[in-house]
Amino acid sequence: MKDEVLLPHLFRIEYRKLVSVLSYMFGIQHIEIAEDIASDTFLAATEHWSIHGNPANPTAWLYTVAKNKTKNYLKRNQLFEQKLRPAIRYTSSASEEMEIDLSPKNINDSQLAMMFAVCHPGISQEAQVALALNLLCGFGVQEIADAFLTNKEVIYKRLTRAKDKLKEENFEVGQPGREQIGDRLETVLTTIYLLFSEGYYSTSQNTILRKDLCAEAMRLNVLLAENELTNQPAANALLSLMCFHASRFDARTDEAGESVLYEDQDETLWDTALIKQGENYLNLASIGSKLSRFHLEAGIAYWHTHKKDSAEKWENILQLYNELLQLAYSPIAALNRTFALAKANGKPAAIVEAKKLDLKTNHFYFSLLGHLYTEVDDSLALEHFKTALSLAASTGDKKMMQKHIDRLQQTATTVI
Amino acid sequence: MNEFLLAIHRDLTSKDASPSPEQMQAAIKPFQDWIGSIAAQNKLVSPPKRWDADGRVVKQNNTVINGPYAEIKESLGGLFLIRAKDYDEAVEIAKGCPILQWGATVELRMAIPPVQ
Repeated sequence: MKDEVLLPHLFRIEYRKLVSVLSYMFGIQHIEIAEDIASDTFLAATEHWSIHGNPANPTAWLYTVAKNKTKNYLKRNQLFEQKLRPAIRYTSSASEEMEIDLSPKNINDSQLAMMFAVCHPGISQEAQVALALNLLCGFGVQEIADAFLTNKEVIYKRLTRAKDKLKEENFEVGQPGREQIGDRLETVLTTIYLLFSEGYYSTSQNTILRKDLCAEAMRLNVLLAENELTNQPAANALLSLMCFHASRFDARTDEAGESVLYEDQDETLWDTALIKQGENYLNLASIGSKLSRFHLEAGIAYWHTHKKDSAEKWENILQLYNELLQLAYSPIAALNRTFALAKANGKPAAIVEAKKLDLKTNHFYFSLLGHLYTEVDDSLALEHFKTALSLAASTGDKKMMQKHIDRLQQTATTVI
Repeated sequence: MNEFLLAIHRDLTSKDASPSPEQMQAAIKPFQDWIGSIAAQNKLVSPPKRWDADGRVVKQNNTVINGPYAEIKESLGGLFLIRAKDYDEAVEIAKGCPILQWGATVELRMAIPPVQ
């Protein structure tokens, strides 16, 4: 790897590991110390490597320096050490020398523990996602701001508040126990899914960043699937869902960065390896008796990996949406359910159902109506698409609605 | 918005009155579509559960009899809560119950809001 890309690359991968391991060791209330030591380590690397060249084993170099910096820090802060020492893990009374465990197993354990700490019920979901990006994915404040389409100050404040909250609650970063997993795994999974969606549905033009967010969410989920305690059906279901979605990543935007509608996608661009992986995780998820929303969403996403329309496909999707809505209502699920209903039971039945939905401020509601009236009453369809366009807020959505209008007008002229 | 109890009563007394396995199979999709429709309108308070046809009835003096009210023709078949503005809207929702065509009846009861 070239010198100028090596450090940023290592920073992304190793910074979060150092922070997790050190926080796991010190306790989350001392997270700034963990962050300071990790930052200092990278600063030292920047200085040293630019003069002496890259070391033979850069990761080992970073770990050694981080360990020394931690020891020095603790020596310098005798008072702090006295307070901290009892809380520090891995310190046997027999050995004076403190061991900092940077083994792959402890790194994974620490990251898992951090994941459960970040998903604290007292922290808002928005802040949980930002914290996860910062502490677990090694994203800088600017990158997080770009992902959320906001500015650095907002994210900085959000992170500071969330970290204060973690300290205030004096939450211990420890290995989650069985009971805790039951309670909090759902929150952890929701945060991971939000992280993924932030990348997948973001209107940000930065494709690399968006892909990174998706990949990070999947990486965190893999950590859960690899741990005996957290390897639960719902975790596998979410992983499966993200694999299915991610398989279409390259097909859903064109060269200009504009979104391509599902029916227009070139399915040869779909990642078959990811689809296969998704199927494997879905099989792994199909145990136990608890059906999570991720199971149902993964099922829906599975059927979407079959491009060809069939009665079986849409009947299955419809029934999965029927079940999903019973578990958790959301406007988008209600709209998608009605779309599936049109495919399974016909447009007239779906129009009746669509009229019952009270979503008159939602532009997707009108684009659904536009779709349902297409070929039934094209002038009405056009009217609905125009309403959708007027309600759409983001540039991406506006373009999508315009595309519907153009298409409808195009078919109208062909007929004439 | 008010909460309504939606109870589906069926005749469990005669074998002929209860649906055949084929009818049951055929009823699943319309029933699921009906529930899905209520849920899509965000008017489902609690998802329906499936109840067995076994049942016990407890009476005065600790008398326990088997079966869900076997002596009356309208045993409880399904029970869940919905949200609706008023009885008119609740009735419109109940009319969609596909089990009606097999002779079931749907009973609606509005929950009395707690006194503040």
